[in-house]
Amino acid sequence: MTHSSARSAIAGSAFALAALFAGSALADGVVNIYSYRQPDLIKPVLDAFTAETGIKTEVLFLDKGLEDRILAEGTNSPADVILTVDIARLNNAKEKGVTQALDDATINANLPAEYRDPEGHWFGVTKRARVVYASKDRVTNDALTYASLADPKWKGKICIRSGQHDYNVALIAAAIGHWGAEKTETWLTGIKANLARKPEGGDRDQAKAIAAGECDIALGNTYYVGLMQTNEKDPEQKDWAAAIKVLFPTFENGGTHVNISGAALAKNAPNRDNAVKLIQFLSSHKAQQIYAEQVFEYPVEPGLEPSEIVKSFGTLTADTLPLSEIAKNRKAASEMVDRVGVDDGPSS
Amino acid sequence: MATGGHVAGNDRVAGAAALAVRAPRRSGSLALTLAVSAVVLLPVISLALIALSGSGSDWPHLARNVLPGAVRTTLALLTLVAFLSASIGVATAWLVVAYDFPLRRTLSWALVLPLAVPPYLAAYAFAEFFHFAGPVQGAIRALFGFQTARDYWFPDVRSTGGCALVLSLVLYPYVYLTSRIVFLMQGRNIADVARTLGARPAKVFWRVLLPVARPAIAAGVALVLMETINDVGASEYLGVRTLTFAIFATWLNRGSLEGAAQLAMVLLLVVLALLLLEQWARRRQRFHSGRATQMRAHPPRKALDGVRGWTMTATVALPMLLGFGIPLYAFSRYSLRRLDDFVSPELGTALYHSVLTAGVTALVTVAVALLLLNGMRLARSPAVTALTRLASIGYAMPGTIMALGLLFALARFDNTLDAFAREHLGLSTGLLLTGSIAAVVMACSIRFIALAESSVRSGLEKLPPHLDEAARSLGRTPSASAVHVLLPLLKPAILTAGVLVFVDTVKELSATILLRPFGFNTLATSVYEDASRAVVEDAGPAALLIILTALVPVVLLSRALAEDRDTSV
Repeated sequence: MTHSSARSAIAGSAFALAALFAGSALADGVVNIYSYRQPDLIKPVLDAFTAETGIKTEVLFLDKGLEDRILAEGTNSPADVILTVDIARLNNAKEKGVTQALDDATINANLPAEYRDPEGHWFGVTKRARVVYASKDRVTNDALTYASLADPKWKGKICIRSGQHDYNVALIAAAIGHWGAEKTETWLTGIKANLARKPEGGDRDQAKAIAAGECDIALGNTYYVGLMQTNEKDPEQKDWAAAIKVLFPTFENGGTHVNISGAALAKNAPNRDNAVKLIQFLSSHKAQQIYAEQVFEYPVEPGLEPSEIVKSFGTLTADTLPLSEIAKNRKAASEMVDRVGVDDGPSS
Repeated sequence: MATGGHVAGNDRVAGAAALAVRAPRRSGSLALTLAVSAVVLLPVISLALIALSGSGSDWPHLARNVLPGAVRTTLALLTLVAFLSASIGVATAWLVVAYDFPLRRTLSWALVLPLAVPPYLAAYAFAEFFHFAGPVQGAIRALFGFQTARDYWFPDVRSTGGCALVLSLVLYPYVYLTSRIVFLMQGRNIADVARTLGARPAKVFWRVLLPVARPAIAAGVALVLMETINDVGASEYLGVRTLTFAIFATWLNRGSLEGAAQLAMVLLLVVLALLLLEQWARRRQRFHSGRATQMRAHPPRKALDGVRGWTMTATVALPMLLGFGIPLYAFSRYSLRRLDDFVSPELGTALYHSVLTAGVTALVTVAVALLLLNGMRLARSPAVTALTRLASIGYAMPGTIMALGLLFALARFDNTLDAFAREHLGLSTGLLLTGSIAAVVMACSIRFIALAESSVRSGLEKLPPHLDEAARSLGRTPSASAVHVLLPLLKPAILTAGVLVFVDTVKELSATILLRPFGFNTLATSVYEDASRAVVEDAGPAALLIILTALVPVVLLSRALAEDRDTSV
């Protein structure tokens, strides 16, 4: 066996191994997506993308550590596009250096400047408002501010999910942006004192608790109400949705807190062209409509109406605080939740 | 280690020639043990490096606002779970062994069933079952005419106590399995002696059997507690803020992986304490090993008939009905509304992936456990023993954190190999391990090596220590005598180890979800994809399949154990 044939034998078997393990992730006509968003929620949009472009999508759903995985994989990372909810997550991906800047005329024209990174590292594709679910029977006054949630008149009547959840941390970060840390901490302490029970479950569980009479108001995202109202398989969720109404609290001199779900181009995207096509598609009218109609989120496309169900909740006046401000206050907000002891519940 | 000294002494007498032949083999097995331990400890080392790279700037906040509460909650949870699972496990094991009542034989294996239910699924099911809108509270309201939740008091599952109960109800089988074997085999002689001296059954239990079973109970409880520490799903869902929860808040909400790794090191101290405790409890286990297994007499079971018998049946069945029945009920109910999902190709693929991963992991893990234990036996050095025991540490680490440590280590290996291959062979190997299921299998093996090691070791300790020495004195090499003499005798223990690892891998979620390659869904990850969207209902079919998949080997094992007992006893 000559030297070169040994070498090609090794090379051949190594290649065979690599092909065996790597699967189709590097083939042409594919875009690899690392997603914090659940596959079911993005499937309608991705299917439409494949139908239009012929590019197949491969999704890896992760619940934690997505940025760290891409970081560890380094230059060999198969990730092309990162999909995630929450501005802080998008910002974190940028700060960890797992994204790359993208300056694309189509995308920039589709998306308003306030919903994308000034340097092009992330792009918001949907909006969700953090609102109040209120009992139809027991809550009569519909005018509400975020500040008034700390009013002692709500003592024992508020339900929330964990204060450390992304959605609540972002809301508190927005409050810090409006009021400063000191006033926000007083406010958060007031909310903790008003809790009906220890924070638990997800947003839907808060609606369920209102239906069960455990509390009168709760914090929740808008699209869950639409998903509950249309849940054919588990009709009891329709009862939960029927027990509540959606109120849009506001910050003084601002509006209702809005968070985004977004996309970013991965730093070492092996299928860069396809990745750009996907982000272009997500910002397009077609995708925005799917998001609005099937997932009950607010489209970011200016002038495009949300679904009828979402419109029935009332009119959203989105807060004007820049998203970058919310991302910046995330750490302070998370530490505040610990300091105040929100997750310990009302008693301690 | 009295026997260790004894053997070492023999070796010295055996002369220089034999020593010269054996020494390289010794160092070979030592090197093997070291290599295996290094791989097993890889995630821990990797995490320690991450922890050391941090500045410690998170600590003022953690020490003031997080640690006191988190440590208190964690210790409270561990104490409650230890007490509850030990009580349930020991009580059921004793009743099944000492009394005869209707359905006893069925219950003696059915009590293992809750092991098939992952704690996070049990938490969903219990929260649902005992919720205001669930069947229990509904019945109470109908019975007493209550209208709203404010009319009456009902204990909340979503509390430290509730979480402890849920965890104990699905984890007690570890204690049941370990203590039942002792009640059946080990304690027989002593119990018989006590009985012939006139002690009543209750006294025999408290004064004789319980002390004798202590090491086995401790071993079972240690496994339960390690499962409790690594649990994230159940405690997070039930709103119990443990140390593990604090790790995730630090990592994800404050963007500090280093701070999270440092907290994980604190958690490891708790785990080390547990391992030492288990070691301490096992230290006198040798005292009752030996010939007990050769006894052939039937145990004198006290027969209970009529009402008393059926009351006993109900009592013994209760933990199984709660720990297995409630989750089965809850997920069957969801599944009935989604029968068409059962024939979906996605679910079939997920089932195949789960069985594949679990099968490969079981094989690898048991093989590694055997290698480690054999190395430990042959080397007889405290350092190797300590290293082997340390390998169990992966079992108690939160899966995501452990997987993260492994990810960084493996990815570095992959990228180095790739760079090498590009330079010298002109091709790319890509992400060889982290891009394939190899990473998942490795993570699960590292996590569950403790299970395999502990059950094989139990089997090993029950064997007389001179067996393979006899073979070796007849000229067999240490390895050959291990393969030809010990392996066949260890078959039941090896089988148990394999089944436990298989079942736990099917249930494993957090490491799998982080390390899996593209498009690789297991039953557990598809459940999680639904559950994380707050639609546990959609997870019904997959959850039910997890329980059923885990059930098959559990039933096979417990039946095998039952037959084994009935023929040999």
